[in-house]
Amino acid sequence: MSDNTLNTQQQSGAVQTTGHAWDSDLQEYNNPLPRWWLWCFYGTAIFSVLYWFFYPSWPVGNSWIKGFGTVSYTITDKATGKAQERESRWNTRALLLEDLGDAANDPQRKAMLAKVQTASYDQIIKDPKMMAFVRSVGKGLFGDNCAACHGSGGGGVAGLYPNLTDDDWLWGGGMDKIQETLVNGRKGFMPAFGAVLKPEQLDDVAEYVLTLSDEAKSSEASERGKAIFQGQVGGCYYCHGADAKGVQSQGAANLTDKIWAIANVPAQKTLQDKKAVLTAFITNGVNNTRIMPAWKDRLSPTDIKLLAVYVHQLGGAK
Amino acid sequence: MSEDSNPLYQKRIQIYPRSVKGRFRNLKTGLLALAYAVYFLLPWLRWERPNAPDQAVLYDLPGRHFYIFNLTIQVQDLFWLAGMLMIAAILLFFVTGLAGRVWCGYFCFQTLWTDLYMMIEHWVQGERPARMRLDKAPWNREKLIKKGMTYGLWLLAAFWTGLSFTLYWADAPTLVVDMLLGRAPHAAYFTTLFLTATTFVMAGLAREQVCTYMCPYARFQSAMFDHDTLIISYDERRGEGTQSRTKLGKGLKTRDERQTQGVGDCIDCGYCVQVCPVGIDIRNGLQYQCISCALCIDACDTIMDNLQWPRGLIRYTSEKALNGKKTQLLKPKTIGYGVILTAATAALIWSVVTRAPYNGTVEQIRQPLYTQLSDGGIRNSYEIKLNNKLTAPMTVGIRIEDLPGATLDMDGMERVVLEPQERLKLLARVQIPPVDAKDPESSGEHEKDEKDRNRRRTVTFIIEALEGITAKPIRQEVPFYVPDSD
Repeated sequence: MSDNTLNTQQQSGAVQTTGHAWDSDLQEYNNPLPRWWLWCFYGTAIFSVLYWFFYPSWPVGNSWIKGFGTVSYTITDKATGKAQERESRWNTRALLLEDLGDAANDPQRKAMLAKVQTASYDQIIKDPKMMAFVRSVGKGLFGDNCAACHGSGGGGVAGLYPNLTDDDWLWGGGMDKIQETLVNGRKGFMPAFGAVLKPEQLDDVAEYVLTLSDEAKSSEASERGKAIFQGQVGGCYYCHGADAKGVQSQGAANLTDKIWAIANVPAQKTLQDKKAVLTAFITNGVNNTRIMPAWKDRLSPTDIKLLAVYVHQLGGAK
Repeated sequence: MSEDSNPLYQKRIQIYPRSVKGRFRNLKTGLLALAYAVYFLLPWLRWERPNAPDQAVLYDLPGRHFYIFNLTIQVQDLFWLAGMLMIAAILLFFVTGLAGRVWCGYFCFQTLWTDLYMMIEHWVQGERPARMRLDKAPWNREKLIKKGMTYGLWLLAAFWTGLSFTLYWADAPTLVVDMLLGRAPHAAYFTTLFLTATTFVMAGLAREQVCTYMCPYARFQSAMFDHDTLIISYDERRGEGTQSRTKLGKGLKTRDERQTQGVGDCIDCGYCVQVCPVGIDIRNGLQYQCISCALCIDACDTIMDNLQWPRGLIRYTSEKALNGKKTQLLKPKTIGYGVILTAATAALIWSVVTRAPYNGTVEQIRQPLYTQLSDGGIRNSYEIKLNNKLTAPMTVGIRIEDLPGATLDMDGMERVVLEPQERLKLLARVQIPPVDAKDPESSGEHEKDEKDRNRRRTVTFIIEALEGITAKPIRQEVPFYVPDSD
């Protein structure tokens, strides 16, 4: 047979065994592993030791082996807008920040941000690409800063925090007005009429206000209420206007539409119940309960601009 | 037996395959040339595309597009790749059941590159005895030059292999220039060098060790064999006769002489063993190391031709044929794999041919579910995702149907122009006039259903390509919620 035949198994024609025998006839086959395979195995063992020194690995007391590996990444300071180069020990959080900076679409994102920064509100709202960008960035900003009160979708909490998705704006729904609200904050106020009006007068005013949005039919009581609303006794028209459509510079609500921001009238079934919730509200007024904080020191002008557009389109962008 | 005589680890014995001429060698060389022509030249083929890269085959990972001639594959079409892999697997089962390890012998890149490396080796160092002599010789000038030249050429082939692979993932001419100027991405250098190293090690040094010890396919392909599968086999009956094989000797020169003495046709020249790239003796029967390269057939046929004896002492045959029965090609297994293979291929082709030039989906924004407006109307909002799959601009129109009184408001973006391959997210608002008061008397077991029906209505969005592009409009029905009547 030729010398090129390698396998001893083939030469002998019999199967190799390890030579171990149990119960005198049970034998173990031997299929020798290639020697290089063994060296590869030792290689992986050595590699794993090197690995410990590069990456964080073993726990030691209350700490752990930190490893020599480092990650450097760029982080932008929110207040100053300056980019800072930082280096930290290898960890997945820093790795994520590095990846975000290196991301292939990052130049596109930066270019889009620059475009939005210089564009006017009208230009932004007419451009599908800019609007798509504002919606995706705005969603994050809104979630971080606004959602705690207004809800993740801007739906608000009835009676407490305004719903930003409807078309009723206490302080104005234009983007410039929303920007103003964001920059300086707002403080809603309505006097407590419990000290000024008698209970029957409060009742009459409530009935009149309900007729404005067709929640009640006109009656003698509502006529008396109208006189108080429009006259010097109540003086409601100072803020809500003679047509009761509200005055946005005062943050006074439009009383003629179907939206009830504070007193939950639509949920009540009977006229009596509707009047009860409304009377209670007029009695106590709004004082230090409806406060929107100022964001000028917490968010950059760009973030405020992005949020103004985002909130505007939540409300229907009209 | 002791552990000393049967070690647990085996030292590798170098194989020095002898070269051979013949029809299977020619077929293998032809396939090698074809495969290399495709692999090495394809990245350089240009293919004009408006608004997209001009490389015929380009896997653009950062851009999330695969370009294959006139086909552009988007991320969401990547399931075609799963289809391709399934078809490849079934094809392997089909072919292996029918004709044995054809993939290993003729097409596997381990076989192809090992073949190339052996050709280089043969060209520089000479035939098998010369190579064996050179390896045994002390290190002198001649050995240094010959070994250095072999390794140098191997390295060059390995580098070109690694580079060619990398070129499929970026614009080839630009990437080559960038790599030369040191400004290409790290991934390009790493991929090239990694594949250079693995090609050199696998095709130059490891060779048959890959097939014997590393490759899982080599092992599980034998599970697909049956008695009708084509295998490369030594015809033991003819070769051994009744008395076994013997070399040509005195009184054993002709077939007649040998047959009268009961000696077989195998003259034990060892040529079939010397040409074997995995170093086995085919005369010992079917072995798992055998990659079915068919070079032993060429070797044996050459000898038989010289002796003017009939060919086929080693040949493609089946276990059944060797036992004098008829090989059955149309087995239930083959038919089954064939049917599945045809169905899967047809499904993939159908899916690719009928692909839409664009897609669009509508998703309701569920936070808040609905918005009550100042006039009592109800509004629901939706996010529309559009994707232009073409390498040309496209105008897309959006409208709604099936919800009485509803109006669509998209701030004038009901009609948008999508740039080539652009993806865009749009906001759509649908508004209906004040909802009528519900019948408070509805009660009984249907009350809950009734309530749900009152709350949940539906609206159909129609997204269609306009201006010259003919494609089926996309219709999607989505829920529209109104407030609870209670």
